[in-house]
Amino acid sequence: MKKTAIIGAGPAGIEAASVLAGSGVEVLLFEKSETPLSNLKDKAFLFPDFSAASDMVSELEDKLLKDNITRCFGTEIVEIKWKGTEWQLVSGKSEAWYADSVLIATGYSTFDARRKEELGYGIYKGVVTSLEMEKMIREGNIVNGHGDMPKRIAFLQCVGSRDEKSGNHYCSKVCCVTAVKQAIEVRKQLPRTDLTVFYMDLRMWGQGFEEMYRTAQEKYGIDFIRGRISEAAATFDDRVQIKTEDTLLGMPLRTTVDLLVLMVGMEASAGTRTLGASCGIGGEYGFIKTISPHLYDNDTGKPGLFAAGTCKRPLSIWDSINDGRSAAIAIKDYLDTLP
Amino acid sequence: MNRYWNEYQKVIADNHFFYERSCIRQTFFPGSEAAFLRILREELDKDIFDDFRQHTCTGIGYHSDIVPLETTMTVVARLFSLMTEHGYKNYVPSCVTSFGVFTEITHMWNEKPELLEKARENLWKACKREFELPENIAHASDIIYKFRNELAKKMKYRLVNRFTGKPLRVVEHIGCHYAKIFPDKGVGKAEFPYVLAGMIESWGGEVVDYPERRHCCGFGFRQYLIQENRGYSISNTKKKLESMEPYEPDFIVSNCPGCSMFLDRWQYTISEMEHKTYDRDGYGIPVLTYEEMAGLLLGYDPWELGLQIHQIQAERLMDKIGIPYNSKEKYRAASGKILRNPEKPANLLT
Repeated sequence: MKKTAIIGAGPAGIEAASVLAGSGVEVLLFEKSETPLSNLKDKAFLFPDFSAASDMVSELEDKLLKDNITRCFGTEIVEIKWKGTEWQLVSGKSEAWYADSVLIATGYSTFDARRKEELGYGIYKGVVTSLEMEKMIREGNIVNGHGDMPKRIAFLQCVGSRDEKSGNHYCSKVCCVTAVKQAIEVRKQLPRTDLTVFYMDLRMWGQGFEEMYRTAQEKYGIDFIRGRISEAAATFDDRVQIKTEDTLLGMPLRTTVDLLVLMVGMEASAGTRTLGASCGIGGEYGFIKTISPHLYDNDTGKPGLFAAGTCKRPLSIWDSINDGRSAAIAIKDYLDTLP
Repeated sequence: MNRYWNEYQKVIADNHFFYERSCIRQTFFPGSEAAFLRILREELDKDIFDDFRQHTCTGIGYHSDIVPLETTMTVVARLFSLMTEHGYKNYVPSCVTSFGVFTEITHMWNEKPELLEKARENLWKACKREFELPENIAHASDIIYKFRNELAKKMKYRLVNRFTGKPLRVVEHIGCHYAKIFPDKGVGKAEFPYVLAGMIESWGGEVVDYPERRHCCGFGFRQYLIQENRGYSISNTKKKLESMEPYEPDFIVSNCPGCSMFLDRWQYTISEMEHKTYDRDGYGIPVLTYEEMAGLLLGYDPWELGLQIHQIQAERLMDKIGIPYNSKEKYRAASGKILRNPEKPANLLT
């Protein structure tokens, strides 16, 4: 039986493992954490249908219940080497495995908002990231830095994305719709809280997104202001003063909120950067580079070495699952050419 | 508290400095530059040269579009030629705007060598002088920051309220031209500059982080140079004072000539216009330069430091720290004559 090693048990890695295992390929699935889908488990609800993320976690975990999938969780692969006829994978503990092909699906990490000091994350109690807001939504406990119900919440888009200062010029793709989704979820839990989303432009690229955006305004009364927040600072009573400009009205704006939510973008994860560099397939911003974004978006140009999911660029969950499936087909085609 | 910005440090020379004085600081705070030289020479045993032939950097004229760039470059070139003539390589401007001008001009010269050549040519035509670029340009506050812990060991007093035992609450204000033009040229960069905060913490005080910490002091050149615009200047200062007021700061310290001046003097104007003062007891919030702050803690005579020239008087601050002073000597002139006391403001207590 041909063997494929998949590094990363996120949506892309699990989907690829499931498809390959169903095609009769032996799969070694590596994950540095003890459990799979850690990024997905952080989510409460998924856009645009507001389905529970926990349902998707269950469905994806069920896909791993196949005899020819060996789960190697709690194992971080730090090096991949081509040994002439097969790939050698080496863990941080110097253990080695061998496979006919390898799929890198090492995913993303979220932008460290402390790098945007002017926004006060890690300094002021009332500044949180979208990840922390997602957790509060999931737990039904949306509170400010003092544990009180916030009366005013601002969401700021593009934190660590499309940003000269942080060096990330790319769009993280999912933050716009995530802010709309989170604002709606907050409105459902806190009907009397003022909610404002500050944006550069809202990129409602997916099916149902534009409708969500319209519903957020018309049904849920969420305000959208086109402008970047230039500075956040704590007030004497530990609220957050923000300065921005409403670029549609051409007016500077200074206001105070109880909670400022920073919509943090995606960056290449540490694992993605390490493996990309060790295999010579590291691309811009540390993401994995493939041969072509059109026809060969899973091929790295190295024999039997493939990539899928957010290790290549920011993607939505459904993009990642489709990409994992696409990678599985490319890998199967490759394995069929081997003697 | 997260101190991510602490990673932003800059190279500051260790010794052998060429000092460039400010055009306006000697009028606004007449003891500060003398205190800086004394601290470097007597406390730190450093070599610093103070050339009597020095002159303006054109900073205010340059930023007000009165002096053309080419002229500014030639003037900067002449100042560098004085440094070169005396064999120095580490340039230390006293003024934050001068620091910004030198940083900007040398950056332009590095990016466009033809501008450097033109400046050399212009300088030669004007006064037959030649120059080398400095190896290090550091603002005078950078130097004090660098040696803040060494100075702390020599200090007689700390920034502690002797009645309560608690650290004094200090508002620090950084001149815009220190790090907002080239963030990587400032200790801590532009968002949370650490140059003054580092001194305050090392000397026992507590930095006040208030909402308008980064806001302009009101010295913006176009705001105050044109009389009709001065309403903008005072409204900026007022915004800052209102923002810091709830924190009840014990004093303000700045590294910029204009910031110290306007944060101090506009308190008088606001008190006259609106009968408003920004400390609980009606005396206003004292504003010190970092040299004055260091000098006081080192035990220098407050009147030699020039504290009596300030609008907001510092006696209550000195009482809190436990610094002795002789009120009878407060207005003694250099001639030895005791001058009469200045007129008291109508609404600010002194």
